[in-house]
Amino acid sequence: MNAPRHSALVRVTHWLTVICFLALLITGGEIVISHPRFYWGETGNVNMHPLFTIPIPASRDTVPTGYNYVMPDQNGWSRYLHFEAAWAIVLTGIVYLVAGVITGHFRRNLIPAPGKRGPRAYFERLAQYLRRTPPDANEEVSYNVLQRAAYLGVIFVLFPLVIWTGLALSPGFNSAFPAGVNLLGGRQSARTLHFFVSWALVLFLVVHIAMIALSGFWKRTRTMITGRATAQEERP
Amino acid sequence: MTAFSRRKIITSGLVAAAGVAGLAVADRIARNYGLIPPDGEGIYGPGETLTYAAQRLLTRHTLAREFPRSMISKEPFRNETAPPSQAFMKLQADGFANWRLTVDGMVAHPISLSLSDLRALPTHSQITEVVCEEGWSYVAEWIGTPLSGVLEMAGVLPQVRYIVYRSIEPEWWESVDMADALHPQTFLTMGMNDGELPVGFGGPLRLRVPRQLGYKSVKYIVRLTATDSMKHFGKGLGSASPEAGYAWYAGI
Repeated sequence: MNAPRHSALVRVTHWLTVICFLALLITGGEIVISHPRFYWGETGNVNMHPLFTIPIPASRDTVPTGYNYVMPDQNGWSRYLHFEAAWAIVLTGIVYLVAGVITGHFRRNLIPAPGKRGPRAYFERLAQYLRRTPPDANEEVSYNVLQRAAYLGVIFVLFPLVIWTGLALSPGFNSAFPAGVNLLGGRQSARTLHFFVSWALVLFLVVHIAMIALSGFWKRTRTMITGRATAQEERP
Repeated sequence: MTAFSRRKIITSGLVAAAGVAGLAVADRIARNYGLIPPDGEGIYGPGETLTYAAQRLLTRHTLAREFPRSMISKEPFRNETAPPSQAFMKLQADGFANWRLTVDGMVAHPISLSLSDLRALPTHSQITEVVCEEGWSYVAEWIGTPLSGVLEMAGVLPQVRYIVYRSIEPEWWESVDMADALHPQTFLTMGMNDGELPVGFGGPLRLRVPRQLGYKSVKYIVRLTATDSMKHFGKGLGSASPEAGYAWYAGI
C-alpha cells in the first residue's frame, strides 16, 4: 500500500477549513453590508470621513450611501455563524498545526527542500508556469516551491493575521489584551486590516481553484477526498 | 478487510467515543461553573458557549480600554431610536424630575430611586469607546455611578446570577451576568462629556457596559431585576436581543 498523496489529517482539516472559510466569507460580507465604510485609527462612524467606502447600498438606513435603498439586514444569524465558524476553523487549525509538527508534515511537505530555498528555485518554477511546460513527474507526489510558499504564507501569515485582526474587534478580548488592538493602530484600523487580509485569503482561494482547474479539477479534488493521486491506485 | 484497516476503524471508533465523552464532560463542567449563556442552545449554541466561557475565564476582572481626553470623539453618532413613547415624553416634559429607577427581584430590600438619589451616590467617569455591532464606534466620557453600588444598596441575594435591565421603551431589555453587573466600569450613566447625558445618547439614564457591544448599553433605564435564572424572562434566551436574532453575550 502506497502512502497517500494527502494524509487523512490534511484531507479532513482541508475540507473543514473549506466549509468554515466559506461560512466566514459569506457572513463577513453580510456584516460589512451593515456599514460598508472603512476608517483608520481608533474611531469611525457616519459623522466622520471614511478611508474608503464600498459602493453598495447598506442594510441600515443610518448609513448615507446615496442609493436610496436599504438592503435586507442579515446581521443576527451572520454574526452567530461567523463566530461559530471562527471557533471551528481555529480548533481545526490547532489540530492541524499540532499534528503537522508531530507527523513532520510541515518539514516534509511544505518547507522547501534544502537547495530549493533560494530565489532561483522560485524563478525557475515560475518560468516553467509561464512557458506552460508540463510539471515534472515528482509534482504528482510533492508540492513545488511556489505551492509550498503559497501554502506556508496562508497557514503562517494570513490565517494568524485574520485571527488577530478579528480578535482585536472583540471588546471583551480587548479588555484582556489591549495591546492586541493598540498595536494595529486602533479598532477601526483593525477592522480595515481584517477586511484586507480576508481579501488576500480570497485572492489565494481564486488562484488555488484556478490552478486546480488547470491541472484537472476532478482529479485534484478526488485526490483531496480519497488521498489517492490517480484512479488506478484506488484499486488494490 | 486487512488488519491495518481494521485497526484504523477501531482507533477511529475509540477517538470518536473519547471525543463524545470529552464533550459531555466539558458540557457538565461548563454548566457547573455557569459558563453556558442563556442562548447557548440550538445550532449556534456551541459557538456562543465557547465565546462566553473563554471570555469569562479570561476577562472576569479585566478593564475596558480607557482613552485620553484628547481622543474623545468630536462627532459621536447617537444612532437612531424609535420615536419616544408617551410615557417618556410625559417625564421629559417635567425635566425628568419624576424619573424612577426601581430595583426588584431577588434583593433583600426592593428600592426605587430618583435621578437625584442616583446623583447623590459616588460619581465616577470613564472615557471609553462605544462599539456597534455594525462596525462603527466613537469615544466619549461617561459620567455616572457604578451599578454595583445600587445593587449593594438593594442587597442582591447570593444566588443571583443575572441582572435584568429595562428601558422605559417597550420590548427593550437586556441582562448581564454578575461579572459584568459588578464590574467597576458598568455605570448607570447620567452625564456625557462634562454635560448632561443627551436624550439621543440615552439620557436621562443609560446603563453603560463598555466590555460589550453597544446594544448591551440600553437607553432610558427604569428597572433592574435580580434573578438566578433567565428562564422566565421573555422567551428565556437572556434578553430581547436573542429574540431578534442577536447574541445575548456581546463581548464577542
